[in-house]
Amino acid sequence: MSEQVDEVGARLTEYDGLGVRLKAYEGRPAAVTGAGKDPVNAPMIRHWCEAMGDTSPAYRGPDAIAPPTMLQAWTMGGLLGHEGRTGAYDELLGLLDESGCTSVVATDCEQEYLRPLRPGDEVTFDAVIESVSDRKTTKLGTGYFVTTRMDVRVDGEPAGTHRFRILKYAPARRKPPKRRPRPVVNRDNAGFWEGVAGHRLLIQRCTGCGTLRHPWLPGCNACGCLDWDTVEASGAGTVYSHVVMHHPPFPAFEPPYAVGLIELAEGVRMVSNVVGVPYDKVRIGLPVRVEFRTYEDEEGALVLTVFRVVEGEG
Amino acid sequence: MASEERAERPAVGTELPPLEIPVTRTLIVAGAIASRDYQDVHHDAELARQKGSPDVFMNILTTNGLVGRYITDHFGPTAILRKVAIRLGAPNHPGDTMVLTGRIEEVEGDTATVRVVGANGIGRHVTGTVTVTLPAREAAS
Repeated sequence: MSEQVDEVGARLTEYDGLGVRLKAYEGRPAAVTGAGKDPVNAPMIRHWCEAMGDTSPAYRGPDAIAPPTMLQAWTMGGLLGHEGRTGAYDELLGLLDESGCTSVVATDCEQEYLRPLRPGDEVTFDAVIESVSDRKTTKLGTGYFVTTRMDVRVDGEPAGTHRFRILKYAPARRKPPKRRPRPVVNRDNAGFWEGVAGHRLLIQRCTGCGTLRHPWLPGCNACGCLDWDTVEASGAGTVYSHVVMHHPPFPAFEPPYAVGLIELAEGVRMVSNVVGVPYDKVRIGLPVRVEFRTYEDEEGALVLTVFRVVEGEG
Repeated sequence: MASEERAERPAVGTELPPLEIPVTRTLIVAGAIASRDYQDVHHDAELARQKGSPDVFMNILTTNGLVGRYITDHFGPTAILRKVAIRLGAPNHPGDTMVLTGRIEEVEGDTATVRVVGANGIGRHVTGTVTVTLPAREAAS
């Protein structure tokens, strides 16, 4: 458990470092004397009203005003992007991109309307980076909230304010891919994996001295003999030792999980998952029995061994 | 005579009739383009999925516009929006329906603050407050 806490602690320290760099952007300008790409105009007002289903007569005719909630629309960069944006804002977003916070979503919008906008009004705006939050974890992912405040003017006179908050985040991984890592099969161990594919657990036996060995090797560690045959294991064993994996997570495995060193009844040991009991109930000496599990993926069926705790134990 | 249409002064606690907004793909795209927002997640479903969203979703400017419309639809064209402050929650995806509801929280003189909630099939899409002035009779507008 302490390793787990240390890991988390280390990560927080690292992210706080980024947070400090981000905070330095608070108070810096996000846009200086930006200008609306179009003056307030009747066609854009009409398109907006059509989209919103807004039939208010206030937005039509010779005395028309623009819907107040269009305030931000007059400041938008459109397809070609913003021209009035400062280096500071792009730098801040760039830092977030580099840290993996590549996605963005708007979360808050607070607008105050100081005077109505009418067709012909030329909009200018200044914006400041008001605040950058601490690192936050949301359903979407982990990232930072960036709040900007924009002052919108017409003919130099305040027309409205627009406070806008975005979450710039690293998208949360949806579901870990289920694909299991495939074993490396070579000339020396192919027989073992052929056995597993046929639901047989085969142990290598030296034909010189009779010593059993696992994992499979070209020669005997006891006598050096290169000749061998196999015996089929009964499948019975006990947990010789084990670890519980909390961190780091691997895509195909959901931590925490127990990894056991299983001593087979025949005497050799092999590494495998221990299943059938919660990870924290695995104990040395626990009787287990081999089980063959089939995993399907794009490459076809993959058969692997796991060891299930013998019923009534654990 | 708009003043005659407003039979009663707005009272704290008054619930506004709900407004149902069918969230169509067309509304999402039309709202995004009308607000000059070309972020791909508001018009390109494939790119939206790559970014972890199940589909395109409504942009905040459209939500803002709909909240404003909800209030001015109710109070009439002489109502003046002073402030709209919204927070987004559950996204508005195509095929969903958002129901806007409102309750007058505060009245000060001719100005009312309305709390607005827009709920969709997966939760609260938007919560916020709108401050609106209802001009006095005969007042110049």
